[in-house]
Amino acid sequence: MAPVTFLEAIKQAMFEEMERDPAVVLLGEDVGVYGGAFKTSEGLLERFGWERVIDTPISESAIIGAACGMSYLGLRPIAEMQFIDFIVCAFNQITNFVAKGHYLWGAPAPMVIRGPSGGGVRGGPFHSANPEMYFVHTPGLKIIYPSTPYDAKGLLKAAVRDNNPVLFFEHKFLYRRIKEELPAEEYTVPIGKAVVRRPGKHLTILSYAAMMHTSLEAAENLAKEGIEAEVIDLRTLLPLDEETILQSVKKTNRVLVVHEDTKTGGIAGEIAAILCEKAFGDLDGPVLRVTGLDTPVPYAPTLEDAFLPSAQKVFAAARELARY
Amino acid sequence: MKIELTRQQHLDLYYYMRLNRAVEDTMGKLFRQNKIVGGLYASLGQEAISVGTAYALEKKDWLAPMIRNIGALLTKGVPPRDIFTQHMAKYTSPTFGKDGTSHFGDLENLHIVSPISMLGDLIPVMAGVALAGRYLGQKIVAMTWIGDGGSSTGVFHEGLNFAASQKAPFVLILENNQWAYSTPVRKQVPLADLADRAKAYGIASYIVDGNDVAAVYSTAKEAVERARAGEGPILIEAKTMRMRGHAQHDPAEYVPPEMFEYWKKRDPIARHEKFLLDEKLLDAKGKAEIEKKIETLLEKDREFAENSPLPPPELAAEGVYCEGCHAPKPKWERPIAEVTPPRCSVEAVWQVEGFGRGKDVGLATTPLHFEAAPAAKPAKAAAKRPARKPAKAAAKGKRR
Repeated sequence: MAPVTFLEAIKQAMFEEMERDPAVVLLGEDVGVYGGAFKTSEGLLERFGWERVIDTPISESAIIGAACGMSYLGLRPIAEMQFIDFIVCAFNQITNFVAKGHYLWGAPAPMVIRGPSGGGVRGGPFHSANPEMYFVHTPGLKIIYPSTPYDAKGLLKAAVRDNNPVLFFEHKFLYRRIKEELPAEEYTVPIGKAVVRRPGKHLTILSYAAMMHTSLEAAENLAKEGIEAEVIDLRTLLPLDEETILQSVKKTNRVLVVHEDTKTGGIAGEIAAILCEKAFGDLDGPVLRVTGLDTPVPYAPTLEDAFLPSAQKVFAAARELARY
Repeated sequence: MKIELTRQQHLDLYYYMRLNRAVEDTMGKLFRQNKIVGGLYASLGQEAISVGTAYALEKKDWLAPMIRNIGALLTKGVPPRDIFTQHMAKYTSPTFGKDGTSHFGDLENLHIVSPISMLGDLIPVMAGVALAGRYLGQKIVAMTWIGDGGSSTGVFHEGLNFAASQKAPFVLILENNQWAYSTPVRKQVPLADLADRAKAYGIASYIVDGNDVAAVYSTAKEAVERARAGEGPILIEAKTMRMRGHAQHDPAEYVPPEMFEYWKKRDPIARHEKFLLDEKLLDAKGKAEIEKKIETLLEKDREFAENSPLPPPELAAEGVYCEGCHAPKPKWERPIAEVTPPRCSVEAVWQVEGFGRGKDVGLATTPLHFEAAPAAKPAKAAAKRPARKPAKAAAKGKRR
């Protein structure tokens, strides 16, 4: 099997799930004839027809609302946000309607909301967002943010089969930049499980999405200096896999969290709090953060590069942490 | 289409309106006894709308109530005790005390979607319900309500426009009770008839006297059957008056007293009762029987609610996720083969020529659910010279 891109993995996941289960439908802006702004749904209309691949008006609240209504009749809609930045147009529909239904009145909403997110592609302030933490703060949702084609496919398939509303973030920097050979046979990846991408003993780097690759690059360079960093890919942000994190800390006693999202209110702060509560005695140094700046994502390449964490910044922070 | 009601239908409408008012009267008493946990919202004077519209639905149809549609819930088959326990936050309530008022639903049997407090959100949700029902071959209609106030929300527009673009079997009841909390409708909307909002979405609409239950029912029935037949969403404006404040705490002093006087004479229950007595569809004995039936039922249900416990504190942490407690499954009412690839089950109704060309979708062009603008040539011509009557030109677009 030839290696496939992240994009192709997403497409395969949707195709296979729609093929497997006629309850799975896709709706969003330009997902039909055009095949999606990034061509993630190319070919789905031809295969599954107009009723299952629905081009919608530019109405994010309507897309989410309708997907929710469909899920109440047992369908498993995938709602695409053309860019994940626009998900906030449907914020109320997601946080108040979709997320609270099961807790309040026992109405499961088996639906997936997915779309391209993240920066590094010169998309400017409204096409580069990482809005995951608005939703990590919302009980009732599951939040997935994968970093490899294998995970993207397996987790998206698991998300479609989950009985809860799942937000699935696809880092668009990765769409065409990484390739991976995928198993010929069918597989899913469990939601809520982190994975150790690189074992190490001197410190733990926790990351996800595009920054996972940045962290791996930094770890490579750290190894040349004799610092063995353990890199963990969180994959799911909600519910967070505390167990894998705590196990690693027991071994390394130092933690660096790397994410592209802004620093204030980013998941690094939450992880730091969890470590203080549950692993204080295991820590030999402060929990450090390398994150995006507390600003919107700027447009000019020089500015965006300054905004984004880099392998150099991760390397510097890790080296500082290793001194403890 | 003139819909004649049978005697039984007239009596049913009367019964549910009386039940609606009696349930709310009982809750008013409970509120004054401090037994209602949160707010209490009255639908006094608006019962004909809740009851008349919901009565037009079949058992398989779906509805989603708003705060003043307890009558619709009762008509769809919700027992009064569910309403009482909800308001009293009891463990025996449909939400186990996790939410109050009419905020509860029943996906399995009664096909009710719970509302939330943010107005208009139900509209796209019910559009989705309608679309899913159509896809599954269930031939259902989805119905929800919105107030004059809620019709100004963004999601009202998004939802109705989306439903219209999909020709969803969806009926939206716009209850114009003339007040959004303290703001009169004339300060909210520069329209004499809110039904005119339908024009923006190219859908059919009706205006009905919301205090005439038989008129509300026959209008709703016609709309429901049109929607079921595939005519697309329909908006019904029911004109009425909110006879109390926004909620129990609000004395509504901002409403001119003569307005209350005017509408009091048009009370929907008194009006229907007079009709029934005049037409000899009901007599004093029959009326007393109905009153007794309601009294007995409410006495029993109120006692049940009052004697029910509050939920145990441990419940607060439970139920955020579905962890195997539900198994959502669609109910197919059509052969699944119809939607199984590579077949496509939607027929092209109207088309944009050339759109989708080169795509192997089994159809030359894209099916659209509404009358399309004229294709390439006329549009080009229109673009050359300033369109004098663009609206008319578009309306003339031919059906293909």
